[in-house]
Amino acid sequence: MAHRFPALTADQKKELSEIAQRIVANGKGILAADESVGTMGNRLQRIKVENTEENRRQFREILFTVDNSINQSIGGVILFHETLYQKDSQGKLFRDILKEKGIVVGIKLDQGGAPLAGTNKETTIQGLDGLSERCAQYKKDGVDFGKWRAVLRIGDQCPSSLAIQENANALARYASICQQNGLVPIVEPEVLPDGDHDLEHCQYVSEKVLAAVYKALNDHHVYLEGTLLKPNMVTAGHACNKKYTPQQVALATVTALHRTVPAAVPGICFLSGGMSEEDATLNLNAINCCPLPKPWKLSFSYGRALQASALAAWGGKAANKKATQEAFLKRALANCQAAQGKYVHMGSSGAAATQSLFTASYTY
Amino acid sequence: MPHSYPALSAEQKKELSDIALRIVAPGKGILAADESVGSMAKRLSQIGVENTEENRRLYRQILFSADDRVKKCIGGVIFFHETLYQKDDNGVPFVRTIQDKGIVVGIKVDKGVVPLAGTDGETTTQGLDGLSERCAQYKKDGADFAKWRCVMKISERTPSALAILENANVLARYASICQQNGIVPIVEPEILPDGDHDLRRCQYITEKVLAAVYKALSDHHVYLEGTLLKPNMVTPGHACPIKYSPEEIAMATITALRRTVPPAVPGVTFLSGGQSEEEASLNLNAINRCPLPRPWALTFSYGRALQASALNAWRGQRDNAGVATEEFVKRAEVNGLAAQGKYEGSGEDGGAAAQSLYIANHAY
Repeated sequence: MAHRFPALTADQKKELSEIAQRIVANGKGILAADESVGTMGNRLQRIKVENTEENRRQFREILFTVDNSINQSIGGVILFHETLYQKDSQGKLFRDILKEKGIVVGIKLDQGGAPLAGTNKETTIQGLDGLSERCAQYKKDGVDFGKWRAVLRIGDQCPSSLAIQENANALARYASICQQNGLVPIVEPEVLPDGDHDLEHCQYVSEKVLAAVYKALNDHHVYLEGTLLKPNMVTAGHACNKKYTPQQVALATVTALHRTVPAAVPGICFLSGGMSEEDATLNLNAINCCPLPKPWKLSFSYGRALQASALAAWGGKAANKKATQEAFLKRALANCQAAQGKYVHMGSSGAAATQSLFTASYTY
Repeated sequence: MPHSYPALSAEQKKELSDIALRIVAPGKGILAADESVGSMAKRLSQIGVENTEENRRLYRQILFSADDRVKKCIGGVIFFHETLYQKDDNGVPFVRTIQDKGIVVGIKVDKGVVPLAGTDGETTTQGLDGLSERCAQYKKDGADFAKWRCVMKISERTPSALAILENANVLARYASICQQNGIVPIVEPEILPDGDHDLRRCQYITEKVLAAVYKALSDHHVYLEGTLLKPNMVTPGHACPIKYSPEEIAMATITALRRTVPPAVPGVTFLSGGQSEEEASLNLNAINRCPLPRPWALTFSYGRALQASALNAWRGQRDNAGVATEEFVKRAEVNGLAAQGKYEGSGEDGGAAAQSLYIANHAY
């Protein structure tokens, strides 16, 4: 322990830190377009479109060829492996289209879950084998950040110490390897919203998980200024009877982050989980209006919450391209405003109505 | 793990958080007047004064009889057990004098260091036995915060993993017990400046130690908003041939804290270690002028760096009491300014020269 063997040079640190800051600058967030083939199958089935490589390519093309103004609200896009090497109908690589818009290109790096024996159906994540070589290749192919999703669930005896420890460790190994190859690691320790637990319990679990993640990152000598965090918001379980306001979600979320995420982390980009597009935006806005000090950017890394309307508008038909792009642009803009606490919900009475819902001395 | 058994009620949390915020209110810091009988022996022998209880009482009286000027720069005073029950010449308990000035009373509760067998001269700190009962009594007797000092040193093979783990754990146990008794724990993981290591090495080790401390505090369910941190500044070892400016010390210190101390911690009150009075003020000032963003108050908890001149002026003579008190008030005001980055130095080059020494993109 006594000796320090620097993991990164000053130049490497500078590069990583600049990439991370670029992604979350000025209210920008991330489009998570990295659905695996299987997951895209689920999405396409809902709009009765066949899950072929061409259909997946077409949908992504519509999103990525949207007007350049998208770069005011989207700082980064996470791609699935297949998509990184796909082209638009003129033969231009998607990654070049995105980079020309000034958007940073990212790649999903994990290879899915694996069971942890001896636990109550808990999992860890695979993907460390050959990860360094894969990262090096992706960097050459234009990628500047990676994403790795660890999953924990709240339930009977869950998450167990082992699940927390193991997932935190795998995240830290992945982060370390990314940085060695010039990729900014997005660290995603998702605590699932499944269950009937209340808001307080989710907050408690989220705090324990995040404390373990940051201890692991420190142990693995990860350069925090060159990372981003992608956590769940703190919410009640889906089956919980109690309803909470966006302000309550915001206070619980920021309190948990406040207690665990060092100020050196430049940005926190929330996942949307199962939230509707509007809820994801309202919650993000409330988070940015929360009166607690917030030393990191609080933004978004949304999949469904950015694409649901666009998918519905598309319906698999090329003729719907304009409507699809408009739907996508609308959500992107809304979330960019929310990331600055400036989103005005249609039909609400604006800031005054929402501000009064913060209880001044609420102790979490 | 899955179940949350709240350690503190909402009222208890509010009380602790209010106390902590009062101590580190803008422009205020802590007078560490908790020297044990043994430590006072060293101080008094340096000015040729006998180490009797009366002399110790007379000396503390000099500090505590400071006029209202200290109200705006001293937020808390740490007492030694004996001093907590002493009175001034008029029979007024010191505790009351301090409280009447609106200053929070604190108490040293550790019982000194003991060796860790199988290590290279490393130690842990004792004092947990009966700590809860002692805290309850101190709370009744007017104390609202406590202090516990752990010590680590840098050398070829230290601090070892065991020393870090054990000291972090004992600090967390102490903190937990304090909070149960309405006392704000000041957590002090001091890394000694002895040695010839450079600034970077101290920074690296400080980051590792602080990461372990905050993981332990999380594991022990300590309420961070109701704690304070008393760390060393990041400095080179005393025997290091390289000289560093206050700005370099400031950069290294804040970088280390940003990577490890969650924003929920209301304040960081630096120890002065072996620094001279002026050095301690200049460094604190540079820390508060450092361009890196920081979410906690950065102030002082100084012993020698507040008292050296006062002790020297007193030299055990009653007639010198007034002059000695004045020396203390002077240092207190200087440090109050330094805690806001407003100290212009004792006549040397002022702010402009110092500002230019910040290297914009220095990677620590």
